Amino acid sequence: MTDPGGWTLRAARRQLVLDGLGIMVSAAGFGFVYGLAARTDAHFSPIEAMAMSLIVFAGAAQFAAVGYVASGLAWPGIVLLTGLLNARHVLYSAALAPWFRGRSLAERAVAAHLLTDEAFALAIAHFRRLGRFDGFGYWFAAIGTTLIPWNLATLAGVTLGDAIVEPERLGIDVIFPAAMTGLAVGLITGRRELVAALVGAAVGVGVSLAIAPTIGIIAGGIVGPAVGLLVPSSKAHETAPLGTEASADRYAMPHTLKPDPPTDEDRT
Amino acid sequence: MSTDYVPLAVLMFAVTYPFRAIGLLAPAIDRLPKPALEYLQLVGPAVLAALAAVDIMVGVENDRPFFTIGLPWLAVGACLALVVWRRNLFIGLAAAVAVAVVGRALGAA
Repeated sequence: MTDPGGWTLRAARRQLVLDGLGIMVSAAGFGFVYGLAARTDAHFSPIEAMAMSLIVFAGAAQFAAVGYVASGLAWPGIVLLTGLLNARHVLYSAALAPWFRGRSLAERAVAAHLLTDEAFALAIAHFRRLGRFDGFGYWFAAIGTTLIPWNLATLAGVTLGDAIVEPERLGIDVIFPAAMTGLAVGLITGRRELVAALVGAAVGVGVSLAIAPTIGIIAGGIVGPAVGLLVPSSKAHETAPLGTEASADRYAMPHTLKPDPPTDEDRT
Repeated sequence: MSTDYVPLAVLMFAVTYPFRAIGLLAPAIDRLPKPALEYLQLVGPAVLAALAAVDIMVGVENDRPFFTIGLPWLAVGACLALVVWRRNLFIGLAAAVAVAVVGRALGAA
């Protein structure tokens, strides 16, 4: 039987699992590195590192927290920056909401905690293929490919952290900035994001040199987006507000869905 | 075993969960002013880029920040190029680590 999106449920799930395997490997590797960094840079205990991975469950914010703690930033600053860093989840949540219409409050509440960049990307693509919600798709994306490998790898990384006596020789010190850079690239989908990133970096460095690194990071995170908004709408790749047809093209709102054409193989 | 940072994790959760839940639990996010939505969309790249740039370009000695150039630039640059090319963070991280390890084995700072 074929769903409104043009894919059979079986074919769509098969594609989801294939895509998810790459995310799974990435989450495991990244989680291991986070565990190592948490142990060696911020001197987190295994309980503290695991608490971050289970309770916060936000890779970029966790990596950032390691850097903040290592640099001695006060907790209010860490919490503020975590909020800023994770504010983008508003967009994911809003984009997924139409697909979750009719699901129970409890299911939506749990789904919200497990909403990550990876889960969003996998689930929204899966729903687009099907043209409808699929519970297996979301939970596999959120738990199977991200939550489980991320937490197991965190535990492995933080447990082995003590054995790493010279982290610089193993290149561990470059993992944090490299991870931040890679995650930023993943979020750059248009000129506004690019300008925000470049200005954020420039302001961050400038203010850091003039005042202090912790202030510089906050300044970059606040000023960058403001300057990014100055890019004219006509030149921005994506400026449409959520709920419009243009936004639907990006976030795949179901009411204006244009599903990807399936291949012959997928129709079998 | 220390649990000092567990409350910090709870606080980080407390500021993260509302962003994740607001759309799913109270789907009225499209009623926020358009500039607010657009600003939020740009926060992620800006904060992450600032973190990375400050980490590799700013050093601190005796509480005085200074501009620094070193092997991490090359390592992060390799990661950046690979992530842009392959869209795979894991490969990018592996390349960054490889550059740092090889560079230091060859005596680079």
